[in-house]
Amino acid sequence: MAVKVMIPTPLRVYAGKRDSAEFNATTVGEALGHLTSQFADLRKHLFTEDGKLRSFVNVYVNDEDIRYLAKENTPTKDGDTISIVPSIAGGAAGFPCCCP
Amino acid sequence: MAAPTVLKLSPVIAERIRQHGAETYPHECCGALLGHDSDAAARASSEQDQSLPPREIQELYPLVNRRDDSPRNRFSVTSDDVLAAEKAARQQGLDVVGWYHSHPDHPAEPSQYDRDHAWPWYSYIIVSVDNGEPQRMSSWRLTDDRAGFTPEDLEIPQRASV
Repeated sequence: MAVKVMIPTPLRVYAGKRDSAEFNATTVGEALGHLTSQFADLRKHLFTEDGKLRSFVNVYVNDEDIRYLAKENTPTKDGDTISIVPSIAGGAAGFPCCCP
Repeated sequence: MAAPTVLKLSPVIAERIRQHGAETYPHECCGALLGHDSDAAARASSEQDQSLPPREIQELYPLVNRRDDSPRNRFSVTSDDVLAAEKAARQQGLDVVGWYHSHPDHPAEPSQYDRDHAWPWYSYIIVSVDNGEPQRMSSWRLTDDRAGFTPEDLEIPQRASV
């Protein structure tokens, strides 16, 4: 059940500069687990401290957003492509921050 | 401490960011920065330089702020917008290397909210806009541990005088 996980540009520096990786997995969560086991530095950018996907991390199986499927329990089949797509947010609310 | 990264952009592009901030005031503007990093391999072979290579912005991809509940102090870019920006970049042989947004009536410094939603590696340009007038512009990168931002050196060459 090999699935391909596409790694977005800002995270490739933590994944040996690779743009994708393949794993045997039957769910999205299992594939992302393999990904963050192989590239441990990715974990904090994809998941919160309590293990939930960060709100600005969007995950698709082929062209389907997993939020509208079974989230991380979404099943995968051989040949599927999982894409991690950023959404971007920010703004002055919450100023100031924590700059050096 | 590592040397600050360098972000280069032309005066024309810098002015377009400022004007976008003025046009959308009192709401925040946002858009993608299209460009590339300089050849890191060439730098490494010429010197034992472990610092990140300079990054050059060559084009902008202005976007619509999708936050309609609090657009004065928040902005958001959907994943569809991100994919559209990446496609536009590829068509020009460029990459999406960062994002810009404005802080209406706030300093050009990242907020806690900026940090909570930031990605590593990207450059984040912020322009402050006071009473509709664009002011200081700055650029930042998220630290690897997500604890904060480090400032980038903005290099904006002046136009040659005539």
